[in-house]
Amino acid sequence: MLWYTGKRLLQTIPVFFGATFLIYFMVFSLPGDPIAALFGDHPPAPAVIDQIRAEYNLDKPFIVQYFLYVGGLLTGDLGTTFSGRPVIDVMVKAFPITFRLAMLALAFEAIAGILVGLISGLRKGKWFDSSALVVSLLLISVPTFVIGFVFQLVFGIQLGWARTTVSGDAPWGELVLPAIVLATTSFAYIVRLTRASVADNLNADFVRTATAKGLSRRRVVTVHVLRNSLVPVVTFLGVDVGSLMVGAIVTEGIFNINGVGGTLYRAINLGEGPTVVSFVAVMVIIFMLANLLVDLLYAALDPRIRYAK
Amino acid sequence: MSQLATETRAENVSGEEQPLLQVRDLEVGFETQRGVVSAVRGVDLTLYAGQTLAIVGESGSGKTTTAQSIIDLLPRNGKVTAGQILFEGRDLTTLPPAAIEDVRGRLIGYVPQDPMSNLNPVWSIGFQVEEAIKANNVAQGKEARLRTIQVLKDAGLSDAADRLKQYPHQFSGGMRQRVLIGIGLSAKPKLLIADEPTSALDVTVQRQILDHLATLTRDYGTSVLFITHDLGLAAERAEQLVVMYKGKVVESGPSQEILANPQHPYTQRLVSAAPSLASRRIQSAKHADADDPQIYAGGSTDDTLIARAAEREQAAPAKALISVENVTKMYKIRQQGFRSEKLLAVNDVSFGVQKGTTTALVGESGSGKSTVAKLILQLESITSGRIEFDGQNVAGLKGAELLKFRRRVQPVFQDPYGTLDPQYNVGNTIAEPLLAHKVGTKKERQARVLELLDQVSMPSATRFRYPGELSGGQRQRIAVARALALKPDVLVLDEAVSALDVLVQGQVLNLLTELQTELDLTYLFITHDLAVVRLIADNVCVMQRGRIVEAASTDEVFDNPKEQYTQELLAAIPGGDFEFGR
Repeated sequence: MLWYTGKRLLQTIPVFFGATFLIYFMVFSLPGDPIAALFGDHPPAPAVIDQIRAEYNLDKPFIVQYFLYVGGLLTGDLGTTFSGRPVIDVMVKAFPITFRLAMLALAFEAIAGILVGLISGLRKGKWFDSSALVVSLLLISVPTFVIGFVFQLVFGIQLGWARTTVSGDAPWGELVLPAIVLATTSFAYIVRLTRASVADNLNADFVRTATAKGLSRRRVVTVHVLRNSLVPVVTFLGVDVGSLMVGAIVTEGIFNINGVGGTLYRAINLGEGPTVVSFVAVMVIIFMLANLLVDLLYAALDPRIRYAK
Repeated sequence: MSQLATETRAENVSGEEQPLLQVRDLEVGFETQRGVVSAVRGVDLTLYAGQTLAIVGESGSGKTTTAQSIIDLLPRNGKVTAGQILFEGRDLTTLPPAAIEDVRGRLIGYVPQDPMSNLNPVWSIGFQVEEAIKANNVAQGKEARLRTIQVLKDAGLSDAADRLKQYPHQFSGGMRQRVLIGIGLSAKPKLLIADEPTSALDVTVQRQILDHLATLTRDYGTSVLFITHDLGLAAERAEQLVVMYKGKVVESGPSQEILANPQHPYTQRLVSAAPSLASRRIQSAKHADADDPQIYAGGSTDDTLIARAAEREQAAPAKALISVENVTKMYKIRQQGFRSEKLLAVNDVSFGVQKGTTTALVGESGSGKSTVAKLILQLESITSGRIEFDGQNVAGLKGAELLKFRRRVQPVFQDPYGTLDPQYNVGNTIAEPLLAHKVGTKKERQARVLELLDQVSMPSATRFRYPGELSGGQRQRIAVARALALKPDVLVLDEAVSALDVLVQGQVLNLLTELQTELDLTYLFITHDLAVVRLIADNVCVMQRGRIVEAASTDEVFDNPKEQYTQELLAAIPGGDFEFGR
């Protein structure tokens, strides 16, 4: 298991370089001159532009730029934004906020989704199940930003339970409403996934045998149905960590959160290579670690899956 | 033992003791989209303490439903609609859910059919046994752990203490069934319901497990309700027999009596179709000799049989149609990392099959018999050796040559549910090989389909139906018709009748015999069921761990087995030496 984990961690290295290279290339290929865009309608003297270009290595060929960037990366220097702040400072401020948001969303969709899915699966065809199906379909088909605005209106303005915008350092409490909005689509998927899985497992032979042993209904469901049903759900949750990070861009926009989404959006518009690449690289790493965690959890849930040493 | 049982029963009746289990007028229905379908329609049965009772019937007869309704294990759409189930005088059908939980496991144990799917794959064996022990309050805490080990040891797992933390997938089928028996008996219940507890296992394992089960239930004084489709097994293991057909009990009483002298027409058919060691090779009507009635009568016919065998030997051509010489097949099993382990699935196997005869390959699972079939069919390549068909080396045939070979050698596989495409109607299914080999015009192909349906005794309207609308036996007939479409010389039948109920099995075997005479077919018959071999094969090769351990004519193997392994296999057939009434 340890060896397997190590191997998987080693695999992140080539993926990391591949991903950063591709993203750097894409930012480099973006049309328009980032420096010209920086100054808008009042271009400075050509000498100043050249000086800025040299400062950000923009005068060098792409491959040299990339290697200079990677070289900096390895020495802990992620470069600076066009406004002169070190990229690392921006990251340290933005990432914890988005991370908190995503974790809250993940917790919400896992707990609520599995609970509703379980009850639905156990009462297949009854009114609870039917309503859960309709609601989940609705949540899947309505875009996040619509749900976001509706929630702002209902919970923020009419009921006054939560703030419609989140303050600068985004405390946990203020992030609850945005997290629920962010999680809605995944929540609906998890409800459906859990429901199908539970209904399937209820008909399994080993569940009948467990009943025949004389176990109580509660124990049969929690010990023999639920654990077996969680395997596909956990897989989905792992992949979803990535989608939540990405999906956060919209939600952060709606609730005016100073997280990764907003920062990244601005950096892309400005063509700030180092900022974009650094942010995306961290996201790639988070995504890979989440997937590794899922694979390890998988083995813990299902002993038939044992990874080669 | 059976005499003892008879005495016990007599005692029970005379002492007017209350029966342990009494099912009265039981009716069970399943809610479906087309309304309520009744599966059990007025079943009565009585079981006294210490007795063993078997419910026998084919699939769909309601035997499992009856058993499951006793401790309310019916699927969610199933419901007891009428009748009583009295256990020690208490009606179980009226008990609230909490009370029936108390009965399950503690008073009535249950051993399910399929050991592969009845243990939860994500919990360890120890956990699953201990859970049953704790739930029934047999022992708690540390004591429960010790009791778990004891239960598993009693069930025949000698190294139980070391294996508690292992998971079901690390156990063989036989071992898992032992675990399930251990669970069923863990609370020493008064009644054990065993629903086909060994039908998924090889005969030798089956025998060990049934012996063990008999010992345990005798020691614990547990009554057993057996559900089985195997008459031989019922005859051997149960004193009392209940025969079910279409949800009703058609006959009940002492098992030996019923099987020796069946009264109801259905039981008579069932008994006469049951293959056993006492049966003889099925002869087709056309081929039958004048003295055949004698053979059927089961009298002393050794002389005639020997004469017939001699005749057959003389008539047979010297050159075999299929000849397998020193064939070996090695699989590489990938281990962790880059290492791989070699597995000799087929080890230096040689045999020949004469034209127009049937050779049976017999063995337990993992003996390599199906691999040999795949090698002959050219579905797998051989590692070394030589396979000849009609004088031609067939190993490594390619393109047109391979197609030509395939036209002459056709397979029929075990699972009639898996081998027919559910989206294809029967006519298209049968015509597909003709289409693939570009035989005839559309009209000619249709005519051939009709002819084939007639040959397998199916009405011509069947061609418009879909596999889902047909029964298992009908599907297997279609599979045979498809295999015959190209007028092959050889049929390779890989467990072709193993999934069928005994009556249907008998019909298909009869059909195969008739077709053999009519079309001069050669069969390679792969099976684990020795009793079936006796009905259909001329020659037998017994396989064990990739080798042929004994090869001879069928009569020789059955009457005078030379190898110890063959003897063990024969001895393990349930009810093997029991003479069924015919």
